[in-house]
Amino acid sequence: MVDLSVNLAGVTMKNPIIPASGTFGYGREFAEWYDLDILGSFSWKGTTAQPRTGNSQPRIAEAPAGMLNAVGLQNPGIDAVIAEEVPNIARIFHGPVIANIGGFSLEEYAENCRKLEDVVQAAILEVNISCPNVHAGGKNFGSDPESAAAVTRAVKAVTKKPVFLKLSPNVTDIAGIARACADAGADGLCLINTLLGMRIGLKDRRPVLANRTGGLSGPAVFPVALRMVWDVYEAVGKDLPIIGCGGVSSARDAIEMMLAGASAVEVGAANLRDPYACKKIIEDLPAVCEELGIDKISDLTGGAHDD
Amino acid sequence: MKKCWFTWERRRRLSRDTWELVLTGGTSQDTAAITAPGEFVNIALPGRYLRRPISVCDWTKYHLILLVKEAGEGTRELIDTVPGTRLDVLAGLGSGFDFSPETVGTNPVLAGGGIGAAPLYGLAKRMKEAGQAFRIALGFRSEEDAIYVEEFSALNCPMEIATEDGSLGAKGFVTDLIPENAYVLACGPTPMLKAVHSLPQVTGGQFSFEARMACGFGACVGCSIQTAGGPRRVCKEGPVFRKEEIIW
Repeated sequence: MVDLSVNLAGVTMKNPIIPASGTFGYGREFAEWYDLDILGSFSWKGTTAQPRTGNSQPRIAEAPAGMLNAVGLQNPGIDAVIAEEVPNIARIFHGPVIANIGGFSLEEYAENCRKLEDVVQAAILEVNISCPNVHAGGKNFGSDPESAAAVTRAVKAVTKKPVFLKLSPNVTDIAGIARACADAGADGLCLINTLLGMRIGLKDRRPVLANRTGGLSGPAVFPVALRMVWDVYEAVGKDLPIIGCGGVSSARDAIEMMLAGASAVEVGAANLRDPYACKKIIEDLPAVCEELGIDKISDLTGGAHDD
Repeated sequence: MKKCWFTWERRRRLSRDTWELVLTGGTSQDTAAITAPGEFVNIALPGRYLRRPISVCDWTKYHLILLVKEAGEGTRELIDTVPGTRLDVLAGLGSGFDFSPETVGTNPVLAGGGIGAAPLYGLAKRMKEAGQAFRIALGFRSEEDAIYVEEFSALNCPMEIATEDGSLGAKGFVTDLIPENAYVLACGPTPMLKAVHSLPQVTGGQFSFEARMACGFGACVGCSIQTAGGPRRVCKEGPVFRKEEIIW
């Protein structure tokens, strides 16, 4: 019997598989496909203080082994999420939830997190400082170590919950930003968000996405994400847990991500191609672990690094 | 909604760029996932990450009939699939047409433009089966582009056709075929939907929209559009929206 349980900053999950923010809404849609209680956790859609309608159409484009999205943080706003989605989550999922929080100012990040203090299901706050699809929002905070640290401090000051910063890959030195978040008191990190990309229509010679650019996700980004998790683990892996995210599509990908340094794994675009993606990974994990001689999956974290 | 395997059975050319595809489900449960005309399926293609959302034209206990217009490489690959190939299909997606007599009243008109005729065929068949009276109004660029005219004609319902060059039916647009006090059930390109929506004689109706999608079942909100009631997902609350919800 393989032990699939993992621990993220004191939060125990029955397995390391977590649907990633922005691919899983607030759980409603996937509850129509399978029983969500098989999941270790799920990260809800990036939520801001005010309701947001997001970017204009089109917002989706195909890419080789992946996709681009430019949704632009469409969400009903933190108050509506607490009033309408949290009670529904209580009905469809009984494990710890990762609450993904967006923001456009330090005050907004702090206020959103403060409002979640009494929401018991929100076990971990995942602070999105890396959305590539909103202008002057989110990403700028994740683009340099000082502002990333400032968001970390602002949020840590108002919550007792574990705070994970979700990092952007669209930076020169992700390990430096990780170090800054760790030094500012982060309890963990999640990486990577999507990679900035674009497509152009050959007939109209215009960008396919109305937002011009979008975030690339899917298997295409897996090696990039893996390398960044590796680098961040080298920098801060002794101090705090990492959620590895980016292109994970199979149980083997999840194990590889953990060997690079992840304590748990988020699965994003794969959910959109196959609604059963996470279910299948969770079902496959025990057999793949047995095949590879793994008794306790949490032992894998950072296993590919020299001591 | 159901994830299932359909076998690509055969194809038939309908016009220079549009084909009828017949897919066969593994069990009778597969097409049973489709509950109303106007719903769509999302088909995974080998080597393509995003599925292709295709409107359901018609369905039987075992068969799924799709009309596919070549729009890019993905739809070309779907059309050129080798017979016998199994395709991973999410079936029964979206909210289709509500054709109950209480909703559509006494003067329903099925208005289709180009490939938009596809879901209207399944709708027409089911309204006919339910004993409801309705008119069919179809618009095409030219006779060469006209699709499914014989199939619609075989339903023996009042039908009119307009083509832009007058090569088939009346010369003009589908908007020229909409009678007074019409409740329209429309599908077609956005400019056509907008034109029909703005006709003074249209008292009410339902309009089927298209959008670029990723999941097709509401999770990614990639296809969300603005409506009178706020943002709505073309793949979940739609693709069929009521006249009063739509803002252009």
